[in-house]
Amino acid sequence: MSATGIGARVERKEDRRFLTGAGQYTDDVLLPGQTYAYFLRSPHAHAKIKTINSAAAKAAPGVLAVFTGEDIAGKVNGLPCGWLITDVNGQPMKEPPHPVLAQGKVRHVGDQVALVVAETYFQARDAAELIEVDYEVLPAVVKASDADKPGQPAVHDIAPDNVSYVWALGDKAGTDAAFAKAAHVTRLDFHNNRLIPNAIEPRAANASYNRADESYTLYVANQNPHVERLLMTAFVLGLPEHKVRVIAPDVGGGFGSKIFLYAEDAALTWASRQLCRPIKWTADRTEAFLTDAHGRDHTTTAELALDQDGHFLAMRVKTRANLGAYLSTFASSVPTILYATLLAGQYKTPFIHCEVTSVFTNTAPVDAYRGAGRPEATYVVERLVSTAARELGIDQAEIRRRNFVTQFPYQTPVALMYDTGDYNAIMNKALQMADVAGYAQRKTATQAKGLLRGIGYSSYIEACGLAPSNIAGALGARAGLFEAGEIRVHPTGSVTVFTGSHSHGQGHETSFAQVVSDRLGIPIENVDVVHGDTGRVPFGMGTYGSRSLSVGGSAIIKALDKIIAKGKKIAAHLLEASDADIVFKNGAFSIEGTDKNVPFGGVAFAAYVPHNYPLDKLEPGLNENAFYDPTNFTFPAGTYICEIEIDPQTGQTRIDRFTAVDDFGNIVNPMLVEGQVHGGLAQGIGQALLEECRYDPESGQLLSASYSDYAMPRADDLPSFQIGTTCTPCTHNPLGVKGCGEAGAIGSPPAVINAIVDALAAYGVRDVPMPATPQRVWQAIQNAKA
Amino acid sequence: MLNFNYHRPQSLAEAASLLGAKAEGKALAGGQTLVAALKLRLAGPTDLVDLAGVGGLKGISREGNNIKIGAMTTHAEVAASSEVKSAIPALAALAGEIGDRQVRNRGTLGGSIANNDPAADYPGAVLGLGATVHTNKRSIAADDFFTGLFGTALGAGEIITAVSFPVPKRAAYVKFKNQASRFALVGIFVAETAAGPRVAVTGAGQSGVFRVAAMETALAKDFSPAAVTGVKVAAQNLNSDLHATADYRAALISVLAGRAVNQARGG
Amino acid sequence: MSTRISMTVNGKAVSAEVEERTLLAAFLREHLRLTGTHVGCDTGHCGACTVLLDGKAVKSCNMLAAQAQGANVTTIEGLAAADGEMHPMQVAFKASHGLQCGFCTPGMVLSAVELAGKLKNPSEAQIREALDGNYCRCTGYHNIVKAVQTGLANMG
Repeated sequence: MSATGIGARVERKEDRRFLTGAGQYTDDVLLPGQTYAYFLRSPHAHAKIKTINSAAAKAAPGVLAVFTGEDIAGKVNGLPCGWLITDVNGQPMKEPPHPVLAQGKVRHVGDQVALVVAETYFQARDAAELIEVDYEVLPAVVKASDADKPGQPAVHDIAPDNVSYVWALGDKAGTDAAFAKAAHVTRLDFHNNRLIPNAIEPRAANASYNRADESYTLYVANQNPHVERLLMTAFVLGLPEHKVRVIAPDVGGGFGSKIFLYAEDAALTWASRQLCRPIKWTADRTEAFLTDAHGRDHTTTAELALDQDGHFLAMRVKTRANLGAYLSTFASSVPTILYATLLAGQYKTPFIHCEVTSVFTNTAPVDAYRGAGRPEATYVVERLVSTAARELGIDQAEIRRRNFVTQFPYQTPVALMYDTGDYNAIMNKALQMADVAGYAQRKTATQAKGLLRGIGYSSYIEACGLAPSNIAGALGARAGLFEAGEIRVHPTGSVTVFTGSHSHGQGHETSFAQVVSDRLGIPIENVDVVHGDTGRVPFGMGTYGSRSLSVGGSAIIKALDKIIAKGKKIAAHLLEASDADIVFKNGAFSIEGTDKNVPFGGVAFAAYVPHNYPLDKLEPGLNENAFYDPTNFTFPAGTYICEIEIDPQTGQTRIDRFTAVDDFGNIVNPMLVEGQVHGGLAQGIGQALLEECRYDPESGQLLSASYSDYAMPRADDLPSFQIGTTCTPCTHNPLGVKGCGEAGAIGSPPAVINAIVDALAAYGVRDVPMPATPQRVWQAIQNAKA
Repeated sequence: MLNFNYHRPQSLAEAASLLGAKAEGKALAGGQTLVAALKLRLAGPTDLVDLAGVGGLKGISREGNNIKIGAMTTHAEVAASSEVKSAIPALAALAGEIGDRQVRNRGTLGGSIANNDPAADYPGAVLGLGATVHTNKRSIAADDFFTGLFGTALGAGEIITAVSFPVPKRAAYVKFKNQASRFALVGIFVAETAAGPRVAVTGAGQSGVFRVAAMETALAKDFSPAAVTGVKVAAQNLNSDLHATADYRAALISVLAGRAVNQARGG
Repeated sequence: MSTRISMTVNGKAVSAEVEERTLLAAFLREHLRLTGTHVGCDTGHCGACTVLLDGKAVKSCNMLAAQAQGANVTTIEGLAAADGEMHPMQVAFKASHGLQCGFCTPGMVLSAVELAGKLKNPSEAQIREALDGNYCRCTGYHNIVKAVQTGLANMG
């Protein structure tokens, strides 16, 4: 392994610009003639718009335009949903319109009502206060559990019972039969708390129109600019795709929330042509809370059937998912395809059945947030498993071992085929790193302080590397899920890599450069990675679902293979040998078994200065494209062990130790992988202990609408983490990689809650809802005492 | 933020006259609460009178048995002051727990108590130590200063200049933080003063900071944790909100009071 | 309505006529085009906008530009040496992988730099507590804590 090659802890190429203030985020972009937008938003969860009077706003200083739903009607279509779910009766999901500016009705607090454009931000915002909207406030449906009860208001006319679809996966009859003969059934009811993504960079967009060539440019804080462009041009604005360039420059975190096509992006793009001026909008944090797609919000009843020895016989899961007021871009896939398929976990449970009812409510749209369906599934599985172990008196590690899948490939009863894994190896390493052997002693020491100690396990699996396009298509995806890459070798041998993956913190400029430098044997300094610009990158599906290296990296490998293959032909000519005798190693093409060689740079030069070149057989130049469509998902897995201390008088929980052992397959840059795990853990622990999106159940007002009321994990809420890895390389992609971006957020919440429940077991506490705030832990103890 | 006129007076008299003249004017100290409120358009004063240029409002000094702290003294300055740390360590510790480090570099004593946020820390110390609030017009005893939620005895054009904190025999502040805002979910300031024990509770009361007479009586007999942990504060006057129920706050008050007494005793 | 402000930013005297309601962060970003100072929230919590004001870490989105009248302001653009050599804290963040998306980074680094004068050989717990005014959503703080420890040690 070289100091910068695959497997090396290479410091990031992108860091210097971020550390010196030279990063270019969307809000940093200032265009000639820049104007500023402000969106007037609904103060009500549900209301009819009777009239809008924007005359005063239009006359206000600096105001260039005010657009309302009426102005765009018939010109701008609604936002599309990218995944069609077919319900249990074979019917398509209810897919109501998702207007870019409200059309006669608002459906959640923060729904966009009008767009004000002015010379300055303050002018736009001040003018927005002059817009008079006459609302007829309607009763709101806020809680998913109420949504389809008789008498509830309908969020959309086309879904009078507020149900978008009822969907199911698995063998119901087989599952019921297995339950009928079970020696033990463990049942839990829980709510997977709704979260607000909170990338620290708020969403932002800056749209402009060029009259000279009738083209548009949209700078936007987004994770997948090509998908943004495709959805916006083809579905919303009806523009020719080649006339729109979408640039996602430096993006300050995404976590899923910047995958989606949002109304603001489309509204600004459309309006930029009306005004022939660039228009910039940057969300403030309040808008981010109100309008970024939220995450999770599942209410679930789950049952696990076991035999007398703790072998899992079947699992039965009923989930109600809150979609919010509209179907966001991938909302429908999250509580279905990305959720129920993961319910096998690491276990060979023979029968699983899951039914999901997804409902509309008068709340912000809910969509993918770090993990997207997989954290919810893992929470179901790992809470059930831990509870069953406790009920049957089986050790937590032992019950998992008894049920681990050990033969691969393994076909689960919920549609996935695990290609490889070694769950016992992960468990062994986790037990050792977590010093589980020393737990009893630590518990005694904790008790001596008057505190409670608990230990919690979670053995998760996830499906990453979305996805074989044909399978995704059969499941309802309305897009392909391949990735594209281009390797452009310059005449002097340096390389620019164009990737359809997008980095918003992941460090692709470094890890992808490592891969290329490693394969071509050239210094990493000679490799630059370009991403996030539809004007420069051939195509791309973007970054989400921990897919960048496994799918995007594979596309790059394919392109590199083409480069090397062509390079061999050029080298064969230069060395006067046959193509078949040329080998490429350590940055040089040589005749096998001889020391006759030509370095990579020499081949590149020859390709662009083809004086001595087989022009009769080969085109000049050295520039290759590749598209890679995966043949399967990848299946990272891990075991997390959490130890906590609880102050029983206050209910305060402190994480004392957190160990995460993951199998991500091969690793390109361990330092970056550790960073991904750390960040995921923080978000998972945040979900378990701190974070909760709360709406007033009557009015639909967002109560946790600022950092004063939404608890974000701070440095002193978290411990340092112990991180370890094991490795079974992925069997079906060239790098043998699996993906690491979401693991931490998927595996950690049940580990934390299992630890809390373990600590409170002496009180007979069986469950503590997330987030397990001091109040809730204290309350659980009080309830148990009462 | 709506726009406003910005004034930077050089003297207290000038500041007072500006504030007196502008019905919708507001004094600006460190601005750590006020500027955020302006941004969210929760406040919209026509005039802001920045006190940063007014001389004589900063500094910490010992005056007899009092520590006198200028109104524009920042939380960071109080937390780091050797004078405060040696005379009333509980006060320095309280100042060091307000908000976060950046907020402590800007936020001021005067700004905090003039705002009298029910979850702020300083009101706990002012009431818990029986401090005296000095203004450009008069001196106000702590017991008379706080008049309910965000309410104070300050009149129009009245500006806090300093607060005198009597040095107690011993004192402690124990804060249970709101996980989101890091304001006090419940904060207990316990002091044994020359005039007897005082117990002030911030973060919990529907009308802001308050004293717990039953705890004070118990501590007068026996300054020990056991004296207060058994004293229950009725939940009906306490806040229930997104973060904590009144019952929970009531339970915390008893627990934290015991811990504060323990700390004050050097435990 | 406007007011005249002058201050020193990264060693240079600057002066401008601005609307009274102009925040220091907006003044830095929009008037001086020093876009390394980021704005992440509107309630003064996240700390992405942290700059040094007369050497003290403050949240530039939570004060008016007018309040910085006459002050000496250091933004992230002013931290590296004139020849481009990064400050020890910047070096430590890079070496420890203390940043991912980079958005919170300028505020985090400047906040950490201020600590040098406040804490000598701080423990991990002290560093974690001292970073309570800076949110990071990417790193889980693990490597930030390591970076701050290293950076403070190397600042001497």
